[in-house]
Amino acid sequence: MDTLVQQTVNALSLGGIYALLALGLAIVFSIVRLINFAHGEIMTVGGYGVFVALATGTPVLAAMAVGVGVAIVAAVLMERVAFRAMRGASVVTLLITSFAVSELLKVLFQNGISARPKPISLPQTITGTIQVGEITISTMSVISITVTLLSLLALTIVLRRTTMGVAMRAAAEDFDMLRLLGVRANTVVMTAFAASGLLAGVAAVIWTAQRGSVDPLMGFFPVLKAFISTVLGGLGSLPGAVLGGFVVGAIEVFSQAFLPTALAPYRDAVVLTAVIAILLVRPEGLIPAAQTDRS
Amino acid sequence: MLEVRDLKVSYGPVQAVRGVSLHVRAGEVVALLGANGAGKTTTLMAIAGLRRVTSGTITFEGSAITGTPPEDIVRAGVGVAPEGRRIFASLTVAENLQLAAAIVPPDAAVERRQALLERFPILGERYHQRAGLLSGGEQQMLAIARALLPGPKLLMVDEPSLGLAPQMVDSVFDLLAKLKADGTTILLVEQNVPRALEVADHGVVLASGQVALAGPVADLAGSESVRAAYLAA
Repeated sequence: MDTLVQQTVNALSLGGIYALLALGLAIVFSIVRLINFAHGEIMTVGGYGVFVALATGTPVLAAMAVGVGVAIVAAVLMERVAFRAMRGASVVTLLITSFAVSELLKVLFQNGISARPKPISLPQTITGTIQVGEITISTMSVISITVTLLSLLALTIVLRRTTMGVAMRAAAEDFDMLRLLGVRANTVVMTAFAASGLLAGVAAVIWTAQRGSVDPLMGFFPVLKAFISTVLGGLGSLPGAVLGGFVVGAIEVFSQAFLPTALAPYRDAVVLTAVIAILLVRPEGLIPAAQTDRS
Repeated sequence: MLEVRDLKVSYGPVQAVRGVSLHVRAGEVVALLGANGAGKTTTLMAIAGLRRVTSGTITFEGSAITGTPPEDIVRAGVGVAPEGRRIFASLTVAENLQLAAAIVPPDAAVERRQALLERFPILGERYHQRAGLLSGGEQQMLAIARALLPGPKLLMVDEPSLGLAPQMVDSVFDLLAKLKADGTTILLVEQNVPRALEVADHGVVLASGQVALAGPVADLAGSESVRAAYLAA
């Protein structure tokens, strides 16, 4: 029983990170049809932001805010420098552009900072555990689940209640029509990137806090899982991305916890097989995107 | 108010519009007629800034808008109710209007929206429903209300009666007549030629991307090329 509860907490915690990353990918994809392979590097920038802030003596909470802040700046700059010139290009062209951005940044981190992981030490209050009756839960998991849910809630409110949020949903449906109402395309796209940077920054802070280190490739695996999550959820669907993230996280954690040891090396294969099985039944994803494509 | 001179627009190797000139004066309704593929919608989208112009000039209120982004053209006072209505189906009626009001100062927006809801009571009734659930005619009303919300100087409407039930076609043309009576300047693309000529002051007939005929509707009504356009549509 207590193992199940603990593993459920772990699944929510890991799934939450995938959900944040997948949602960021989905927001950008739904509006500009870009599958941003450099999303992982936005996360890495966030991680280095935390590292540098802590190394220069910034208090922990402020350092985390710095991490999120630099991720937002990185995402917005990425759009301005690399993707704006490519707006309207084919999905493949955009994808390859994002590969280039991703590789450039990785090399920059490796040569400019270090190819080795940089340790990040956080106070005991965050890295410790909480005892609830029989069950031991890591404080970090509780924080990460709370922060994830708050971020998702905040974004939902913005998308539902603010004009910019409504504009972002409209842009996913018919971007040209939105422009015909006088709403500036550049503002909407920039906001979408800022939102994806914010989500990646939150994910980066949680991820680095759990790992205790930052390295140039740290964004790769979580964002790879986030890609799988967006496809599983339905490419371009925001609720689908969030659900997909939690499902992938759950499959990963539970297969690790309950599979026989002999199968442990095949954990990722198990996860992907499960994803393929779901997609065979629901090829459009769990919650298909409802958009009318006009191009 | 609007002056288009020798407009050319291409899609890749295909020239869709091949030297179209037309003008719309303030308070006037101009009907842009012609068969399918004659270049009517392309002309409209080029004026709106959504189609890249190969050559020619477009002047709105004395300033050149050729190559200007659509956002700025709309902000300069051009309202567009495009072909296929293109309402945001997954958003509510209220949200569709909210986006149209985004370029107007908030208090003016409230006033304009109130006035439009009086003109289109059905939109008030369906205010919090998803726009995709509206009937075709109601969606057309929403598309026109959305274009009118910022108080445009020129309203461009593309095929507003297409695919509507006869009764709804009547109310669309009633609406256009009322807008005209209010002094709204309109550039109308319409396949229903007789109805379009009823409401318009001037007509421009396009054929194969060129102006085949243009003039006051009284002169056009009996003309051979209008009939040709009419039959081809």
